[in-house]
Amino acid sequence: MSAAIRVASFISLMLVSMQSWAEYQLDLRPGVTSFSQGAYDIHTLVMWICVGIGIIVFGAMIYSIIMHRKSRGAEAASFDDNLTVEIVWTIVPFIILAFMAVPATKVLLAMEDVSNSDMSIKVTGYQWKWHYDYLGEDISFFSNLSTPIEEIQNKATKSNNYLLDVDNRVVVPVNKKIRLLFTSNDVIHAWWVPAFAVKKDAIPGYINESWFKTDKVGIYRGQCAELCGTNHGFMPIVVEVKSEADYAAWVSGQKQQAAAAAESATKTWTKDELMAHGKTVYATSCLACHQASGEGIPNVFPGLKGSAIAIGDVAKHIDVVVNGVPGTAMQAFGPQLNDADLAALVTYERNAWGNDTGDVVQPADIKAAR
Amino acid sequence: MSAVIEEHHDEHHDHKPTGIGRWLFSTNHKDIGTMYLWFSFIMFFVGGTLALVIRAELFEPGLQFIEPELFNQMTTLHGLIMVFGVIMPAFVGLANWMVPLMIGAPDMALPRMNNWSFWLLPGAFGLLIASLVMSLMGMGSAPNFGWTFYAPLSTTYGPDSTDYFIFSVHMMGISSIMGAINIIATIINMRAPGMTYMKMPIFVWTWFITAYLLIAVMPVLAGAVTMMLTDRNFGTSFFSAAGGGDPVLFQHVFWFFGHPEVYIMILPSFGIISQIVPTFSRKKIFGYSSMVYATSSIAFLSFIVWAHHMFTTGMPVATELFFMYATMLIAVPTGVKVFNWVSTMWKGSLTFETPMLFAIAFIFLFTIGGFTGLMLSIVPADFQYHDTYFVVAHFHYVLVTGALYGIFAAVYFWIPKWTGNMYDEKLGKLHFWVSTISVNVLFFPMHFVGLAGMPRRIPDYNMQFAEFNAIASVGAFVFGFAQLILLYNIIKTIRGRRTEKATDKVWEGAEGLEWTLPSPAPFHSFTTPPTVK
Amino acid sequence: MNNNSDGNKKVLRNLLFVVVGMFGFGFALVPLYDVFCDLTGLNGKTGEQYVSDAPMQIDTSREIKVEFLANLNDGMPWEFKPLTYSVKVHPGEATRVEYVARNKTNRDIVGQAIPSVTPGQAAAHFQKTECFCFTEQVLKAGEEKIMPVIFIVDPSIDEDVHEISLSYTFFIKPGSEDAKVKTDNMAMKARPSVALSTPLTQH
Repeated sequence: MSAAIRVASFISLMLVSMQSWAEYQLDLRPGVTSFSQGAYDIHTLVMWICVGIGIIVFGAMIYSIIMHRKSRGAEAASFDDNLTVEIVWTIVPFIILAFMAVPATKVLLAMEDVSNSDMSIKVTGYQWKWHYDYLGEDISFFSNLSTPIEEIQNKATKSNNYLLDVDNRVVVPVNKKIRLLFTSNDVIHAWWVPAFAVKKDAIPGYINESWFKTDKVGIYRGQCAELCGTNHGFMPIVVEVKSEADYAAWVSGQKQQAAAAAESATKTWTKDELMAHGKTVYATSCLACHQASGEGIPNVFPGLKGSAIAIGDVAKHIDVVVNGVPGTAMQAFGPQLNDADLAALVTYERNAWGNDTGDVVQPADIKAAR
Repeated sequence: MSAVIEEHHDEHHDHKPTGIGRWLFSTNHKDIGTMYLWFSFIMFFVGGTLALVIRAELFEPGLQFIEPELFNQMTTLHGLIMVFGVIMPAFVGLANWMVPLMIGAPDMALPRMNNWSFWLLPGAFGLLIASLVMSLMGMGSAPNFGWTFYAPLSTTYGPDSTDYFIFSVHMMGISSIMGAINIIATIINMRAPGMTYMKMPIFVWTWFITAYLLIAVMPVLAGAVTMMLTDRNFGTSFFSAAGGGDPVLFQHVFWFFGHPEVYIMILPSFGIISQIVPTFSRKKIFGYSSMVYATSSIAFLSFIVWAHHMFTTGMPVATELFFMYATMLIAVPTGVKVFNWVSTMWKGSLTFETPMLFAIAFIFLFTIGGFTGLMLSIVPADFQYHDTYFVVAHFHYVLVTGALYGIFAAVYFWIPKWTGNMYDEKLGKLHFWVSTISVNVLFFPMHFVGLAGMPRRIPDYNMQFAEFNAIASVGAFVFGFAQLILLYNIIKTIRGRRTEKATDKVWEGAEGLEWTLPSPAPFHSFTTPPTVK
Repeated sequence: MNNNSDGNKKVLRNLLFVVVGMFGFGFALVPLYDVFCDLTGLNGKTGEQYVSDAPMQIDTSREIKVEFLANLNDGMPWEFKPLTYSVKVHPGEATRVEYVARNKTNRDIVGQAIPSVTPGQAAAHFQKTECFCFTEQVLKAGEEKIMPVIFIVDPSIDEDVHEISLSYTFFIKPGSEDAKVKTDNMAMKARPSVALSTPLTQH
């Protein structure tokens, strides 16, 4: 019954709030690049031509429905052919189509000119995240959905950028032609940011390209646009366009972070530090399958609490985490997490939930195992 | 349309087989037609239930009822069932019933093959639905890669049930091919004397052309799924870059089938409308030969536009432009057809029984779908529409208010001939109005969320899409339950209690050989061919 | 009805030919697609080893930037990267660049590199005289190897092309032991309860 009540209250709420309907987006937006403006313009042109034709055709039908009804006394005429009229309504639509095709061609040709870019970013689609590699800069990172699972499971209020927030954004400078190269690690994905009107398939083993340039600083969000498996709806894209100065600052910040991560991989951590950090890494990388309790899901994902792997040989445990388990859903996390994260994670798993092995794994151990 | 009929003859002994053997071993086009229609109607409720599961999950943001993996199975099976299990079998059922009657033939050309064509389908769909049942019982995933099953999601990454899915598709394909061969042979060889090609009813023409499309493209689909099978199991690399193949090749092969397939799903509907509108306008179809040429042009053009489904795969500009222009061209013959229907109504003497209501709604709403199709053909705009709900809106307008409404119209139009009883007109109109209002509540908002940026095939979405999704879901449930009115009406009409008896002609404006037969049409009809002047 | 049965059989036979023909056509699309792509370079495939007797004329009036990308396919446990990010070349001039690949595991693995070039119109003009992608590459456990490529950009390339990207993706050789294991890994097993992929910390 509660579903019916929800529906009924929703409908009444809708009716009451009708004055706010102006906020409901009905149309495409012009976006922030010349492509997106071009796409918007041609969309608008074609749409209104269709509306115009529709009005004429539907108008004729409605007129006929009213005026030519038998109940009004209408008697059927006997004509069933007219060559002139057939020719006219073959040629006129053809001309209208040509009238649409010309601007459409122009917009498309402008969009496909990939020369002389200012920088290139390689975009790789993964199940279910994006990877960005700033070519020639030594900056690369994964970009994952950062919406907390509690929001998805309706246990917490959804934020404004629900499902459209990531941990690491793509940052680019304003007013520069950004060349994007697309490929995929596994299945076909598609990278799409509506504000740029860039949508390109990411195909495993092949490389595609596109570009965009905008003069508007801001944050632009998009989503994967090709069914790619279970979490196709959960791998968004966030591009932040910064001023040149801010972009330069971001680049040096990235380099500092990379240096810090490398450093943390060489230092020796205390057990407490590892446990605390490990718990965070576990929450983001392992919890979905192995659960917060470490008990897994019976017959689907093995539990780690009291498990042979988490209590047994350390080297074997590290191998499972770093290299995955072929033939199962356990991915290799070696390529995805750095040495410090992995060390903390394994330490956490070996000591949480009553496992209490007392083992401590340092980043250097992970590095040696790779 | 056929001219004055000189004489007609029925066999007066009309004994039919009895029991379950009548149906299992039937070689009678009427019984086989009936089985196709009932099969399609049952599949309609199955596919419709899957749609309601989808719309229930999409009613609000957040995951409420099902997990994403199951959601992908729902969308995949909804599409497969509706395309291959509802629309196509329904049209074949209508062809089986009506083509022999319309051309004055006693039955289909190859009656035993006709039987096999039908009985393959419950097998094929049993297999497909079994994979869903097994998935619900926790034994692995049913197909979850969309009804378009792109590689490598369906090959390297496909669940174990994929191989059974491939077998299922092969069975459906063989069924369609055999059915199409039968229709072509029937039309070529078994027209009554005097029924030249240009005197055939338009429904017969549209099915004739559709049958050629089927024969041309179903084998290509068979090739595509066979390549999938060998990629998955026998070490080939058609669609895998690792072995020198290309995932995009899959899309080319699939859509070479897929685009003509969607015309296969609409041309018979065009034919139905071309029978119904003249009847209730009491006026001959306007521009008979144009209608034939337009249908043929659409069929021909359908072969050269397939890559308009692939504009974001990274094709060269010249190729994109070619496919854009070719696709836009289809608007010309389609427009001709719409103008001809309107001209048929113009200065006619119109009445608005249920079949005519569905036919008129078809013309309005299919045309809206056609307009969005034209918008989609424009490549730069398509970059914003592709894989969003704008596409979902487009194809549901052409398939639901297009193909499905044609089927509804046909059922109301011909059921008096099949059963000898008039359907309940009040219930028919109720079904029409509730369906038509709710179907627009369901699908029109999808244009908006698509333009606003909502991708397809996602179980959850940002709040900016919430209001229109909720509206659509409400429309979906109303539309779904409204179909029970049709079910009730059909059963009531078949049972024949408190129904009006149908005359031979049934409809005042009806023309054609089929209306010269008694209602219900006898088990064997036109055993002696009528002569057509 | 009988006088129709010959006609019906004839139609049946003819249409069955069409059916078989169209089934074959579906398979013929495979080499047709390859030929079409080779001729036009459409899907970025750069074709086989380039062999020519006549040396190409070097066009010093033009410079084209060639970028080098490296990718590893799902489950391929090597490290792989280009030693040079990009070079500027004159069309017609042979250039050599190197990639390096390292097998991080403790088993021997056979890999196959698949090249892809963008923009598409450049692919047909991008000739490789030596490439590690021509043959499968075996890396023993822990082995690291330098992998060279020698290429020439044909001077007949379109004037509008100023940038070319050459990308290699290393796959585990299809059919090898590791490939089979990898394939099993990828097929979706029953996953009734996973709601989300796991967000990752920064690499």
